[in-house]
Amino acid sequence: MAAPTAFDELWGTSRGRKARPGLESLAAWLADLPPAELDRRQQAAEAAFRSLGVTFAVYGEEESAERIIPFDIIPRVFTAREWSALAEGLEQRVRAINAFLGDIYGPRRILADGAIPPDIVLANSQFCIPCAGARAPHGVFAHICGIDLVRTGADEFWVLEDNARTPSGVSYMLENREAMLRLCPELFEILDVAPVDSYPEMLRETLLSVAPDKAKDPVGVLLTPGHHNSAYYEHSFLADNMGIELVEGRDLVVDDGVVFMRTIDGPVRVDVIYRRIDDAFLDPLVFRPDSLLGVPGLMAAYLAGNVSLVNAPGSGIADDKAIYSYMPEIVRYYTGEEPKLHNVETWRCREPQALKYTLDNLEQLVVKPVDGSGGYGVMVGPAATRAEMETFRAALKAEPHHYIAQPTLALSTVPTFTERGIAPRHVDFRPFVLTGANGVRTVPGGLTRVALREGSLVVNSSQGGGTKDSFILEGGAGGDG
Amino acid sequence: MLSRTAAHLYWIGRFMERAEFACRLVEATIRLSALGHDPQGGQAWRSALSVVGAEGAFGEESEPLTPFSARRFLTLDDENPSSIRSCLAGARDNARAARTAITVEVWQAINRAWLIIRDRASPGGAQATLNLVEELKAEIRGFEGALGRMLRTEGNWFMHLGSSIERGDNTARLLDVKYYLLLPPGEAVGGTLDRDQWTTILQIVSARTAYRHLYQGPLQPWLVGDLLILRGEMPRSLTASAEETVTHLGAFAARSGRQGAADRRARQRLSRMQDLNIETIIQNGLHEWLQAYIAENAAIDRAIAEQFRFG
Repeated sequence: MAAPTAFDELWGTSRGRKARPGLESLAAWLADLPPAELDRRQQAAEAAFRSLGVTFAVYGEEESAERIIPFDIIPRVFTAREWSALAEGLEQRVRAINAFLGDIYGPRRILADGAIPPDIVLANSQFCIPCAGARAPHGVFAHICGIDLVRTGADEFWVLEDNARTPSGVSYMLENREAMLRLCPELFEILDVAPVDSYPEMLRETLLSVAPDKAKDPVGVLLTPGHHNSAYYEHSFLADNMGIELVEGRDLVVDDGVVFMRTIDGPVRVDVIYRRIDDAFLDPLVFRPDSLLGVPGLMAAYLAGNVSLVNAPGSGIADDKAIYSYMPEIVRYYTGEEPKLHNVETWRCREPQALKYTLDNLEQLVVKPVDGSGGYGVMVGPAATRAEMETFRAALKAEPHHYIAQPTLALSTVPTFTERGIAPRHVDFRPFVLTGANGVRTVPGGLTRVALREGSLVVNSSQGGGTKDSFILEGGAGGDG
Repeated sequence: MLSRTAAHLYWIGRFMERAEFACRLVEATIRLSALGHDPQGGQAWRSALSVVGAEGAFGEESEPLTPFSARRFLTLDDENPSSIRSCLAGARDNARAARTAITVEVWQAINRAWLIIRDRASPGGAQATLNLVEELKAEIRGFEGALGRMLRTEGNWFMHLGSSIERGDNTARLLDVKYYLLLPPGEAVGGTLDRDQWTTILQIVSARTAYRHLYQGPLQPWLVGDLLILRGEMPRSLTASAEETVTHLGAFAARSGRQGAADRRARQRLSRMQDLNIETIIQNGLHEWLQAYIAENAAIDRAIAEQFRFG
């Protein structure tokens, strides 16, 4: 495994001898904190999350199963310089994603110019046929993007995947910060940490900025699949903090192409829907006819320009890993610049050469389905059993176009509280980029996910991952490293 | 406010009130059966089951009615929609669905009550059951306290409205099961057994002290009826519940400037009750009067659902 050589976010490559520049005070804090006190704070954090009901459900378990995502109180820190470079790269990438979505559902110049093969768009299961020809209000499709990043060295950041469908996790960024402020207030005295609490307000502004032009005093709502959904806590948290209604499909009704919510005072017109349900469930008249979560007639209202959907239907195609593999070309095509953030080297198994390489090197690669998410259906070569590998070998041969392969990266680590003291654990990072009619903005923070099992590279909460707060240091003394 | 949210809040109010009533019913029945006039406790528990309308649901063919089986059925049985666990599960489910409309404090009180009973496998002996019920009552009081500290806006009114309707229903059912004990004045005073039963009724609605304050004499059955039906000072009386329904509906009307069928029905019910005395009720048939009250209460419940578009 990669563990022995991994870059550490606190110690760099010094193996615990010397903190990275700018992080000396964090190292000193960690060294000074008695283990019993750390233990006490860790337990207080857990009790607080449990009693607030900050839970998520795991699919496949009983309906009533609610778990809390383990939270680790040792933060992961970015210096001001690291963050400003990342933020530029993120904003460039998200501009390109929005331009790409507007193009493929519109004139399709990128396909006509041959910059990427047409079939990966047009024959893609995530391509939204009813959306073709529809211009999203204000030209924005992916209003909220969660870009998953990993790090392998001091200046080596890689984009692992783009989440443009309905990225989740931002409530953890906010709740984790609340927990840190309560449990480790002294850290905020020794480090100059950029605040994240403006996120709900920024999100509200983004939502209302894309309301249809004719809406005078626009009304926004958050559409949730309901309280049995794994991310329901986040839905209620965000609605609450933005001061908008949290609605389910049955609370909305479409009348003559206009969306209304049912209130105790009668129907109230809705202009913007931040929807946290997938395209397939949005409208049973257009997508899955058996969906009870959506609203009949919603797509017609959207296509008539009477309501804005956030993210716009069809955005999910940008999550597709085959599209991902062309992101460098996509960024160049729409921005005319070199990509500031790099992709992980990716073998598209639909290409015979790549398939051969993948099959020959299975034990060193990570193999992923092109349309998967949540870490389901992924094979991590170095950790896979022989039987798992044979299953994937057969699947790859049967449906090569369904898979991509990537090298196993030595993900960076962060010191983490474990049963046997503080030890390095691998992390990834998901910042959230907002795009509205008012521009592209990134809140200085994000969700750091940590693989709690020793040596594990799988950070998904559904697979035993936890979270950490992510500190972005502001400029000034010690902020530059 | 979303109609669905309003319906969830209303049902939180109903379920929490029902859970509390079930707690006191179990508590008082344990006491009554311990008084020893009913060695098997059979009669006391049978009537407790009928108070919550669960005689049929108990399923005596598969399990004999014993104090233990009745305690288990009333506290933990998931098949019994009126068991304490079912009520708290219902309250919590509605609270989860309306998380944005309630305070953290309200949520935590409901969640804590639920966590106490969620994994309980057996009610245990009489003492263990009493301890369980005592613990739950403390959390439910915490819920009521949290409700009192919540913003006095629609969300609050809907929960109160739910509990006022539920409370009326519970008290009326309790009286109806025991109505034959509430003998008219002048008839032979019952024996020890009857007195214990009246005491039990008072205890279920936590009114033993109230009775002494208001009537200052020995227990008279028709006065128990007077207290629980007509005395507005008594929070669980039918009049007090009817008044509360009117008050909370009035809060909505004051906000929106509009009234509906529920307002009219609730006001008419209250004014009819204010002209009544206990003698008239008993002369015309207490059982019939209680049945009519329960039916009218259900009609008001439906009118509320319609007026606020619960759907």
